[in-house]
Amino acid sequence: MDSAFVIEKFILVAVIFGISLVIAMYSTYAERKVAAYLQDRLGPDRAGPFGILQPLADGVKMFMKEEIIPTTSNRFLFVAGPGLALLCACIGTAVIPWGSPIEIGGKTIPLQVSDINVGVLYIFGVVSLGVYGVMIGGWASNNKYSLLSAIRAASQNISYEIAMGLSIIALLLMTNTLSLKEIVDQQHGWRWNVLYQPLGFLIFMVCSFAETNRAPFDLPECETELIGGYHTEYSSMKLGFYLFAEYINMFVSSAVMAALYWGGYNYPGMDYVAAHLGPTWAPLIGTGVFFLKIVLFIFFFMWVRWTIPRFRYDQLMNLGWKGLIPLAIANIIITGVVIAIIEKF
Amino acid sequence: MESLSNKKKVLEQKPLSFMERMYLPAIAKGMGITISHLFKKEATVRYPEVEREFSTNFRGMHSLKRDENGKERCTACGLCALSCPAEAITMIAAERKPEEKHLYREEKYAATYEINMLRCIFCGLCEEACPKEAIYLDGPIVPADYLRKDFIYGKDKLVEAPLEIKK
Repeated sequence: MDSAFVIEKFILVAVIFGISLVIAMYSTYAERKVAAYLQDRLGPDRAGPFGILQPLADGVKMFMKEEIIPTTSNRFLFVAGPGLALLCACIGTAVIPWGSPIEIGGKTIPLQVSDINVGVLYIFGVVSLGVYGVMIGGWASNNKYSLLSAIRAASQNISYEIAMGLSIIALLLMTNTLSLKEIVDQQHGWRWNVLYQPLGFLIFMVCSFAETNRAPFDLPECETELIGGYHTEYSSMKLGFYLFAEYINMFVSSAVMAALYWGGYNYPGMDYVAAHLGPTWAPLIGTGVFFLKIVLFIFFFMWVRWTIPRFRYDQLMNLGWKGLIPLAIANIIITGVVIAIIEKF
Repeated sequence: MESLSNKKKVLEQKPLSFMERMYLPAIAKGMGITISHLFKKEATVRYPEVEREFSTNFRGMHSLKRDENGKERCTACGLCALSCPAEAITMIAAERKPEEKHLYREEKYAATYEINMLRCIFCGLCEEACPKEAIYLDGPIVPADYLRKDFIYGKDKLVEAPLEIKK
């Protein structure tokens, strides 16, 4: 392994890490702005022009707050919980292809940290790990509300992971590969998977909402029943970590949805652009398109949050086990039959 | 039994139909409503920069009035303090000296006049009680402050600015 490769990957990792943190930071701002505009308000507009320095102010506030660790808590796990939540949220970005390989100074650099051939499984693994931060934090707090919330988070994530996995199987029947890079490359131009798998996408999206603990599946943070949910006992930046992890999760699942179903960095007319702009600028435009899709998904997440009321626990389980899982299985069967018929004739 | 008012409404709780159980049509409808609000004018008034217009009968900070010659109208009769349901007003009366004739309209005047703005409920009874038309609640909103003592407004803040004498 030559040092140029290591440096190249290191820079890529640093850039992606920085971008995901900045996007998560400004998601908090965007969330408040979107909420405000959907409710005929203005939102934060005091810190800087249009309030764009609000995330910095919030960050400073979080750091300056008093840090409280309850004496009855399990101290090690209490501290480990938020860190684990943030870590699991961040490592999901490693396999996402951010763009087609870019040529800089005669050298071709892939815009993906690692193109492992089980990329989809890796994503699933990381997403499943995500609930550990919530569970450990909720349990270590030694608070009944936190514990209830952690149990809710765990059962919700497990239930919806099944439907999510089943919905992705139908997609894999079509693509014949688990590598995210290849899945995205197969969607060249207009051949986005969402056109062939609309039902699969719908199931996947609903499950993403549940996996990221976003409304209408934000039962673990249900204030009316559980005070603050799993982060009731948390304060200062440890609370900030949990909130931050939620936004990074949202960013990662938006990226996964955009890559798996909405064509990633592909867009109609990309061949024309590639022929005219050359191998340096065309991939950057593709990356821009990818980020545009991600931002639209993040907006969609927020739009849904400020529209739909929270599900009740039994409704959540009904929808997951009796609604989405049979639907996902039906989707697999239909997809399999159609593929078999197409291959036969 | 038959309802006499005919207002009784029997609620029927039917099980959800298939379309309702799908949630999606209702969700799409709700999303349409929220997105339509994105394009509506926001109701916010950016307060320190922009102030909402008061109605004509708005009661704000008090002001002690002067007459047409610039003399204070208040005679420290104490009716405002007496009428005040929150007991926010206190005053000390004094007798006017001959050389102060241009300052006070009548022989008796208020040497100190204090209103505790934390007690005041802006009911306007002092305004109604005043026989000399000396106090009106025609000012702006009482501003915020840090210390309780700073909310006790004396004559320096309450008395109207002296009239400009036109030549």
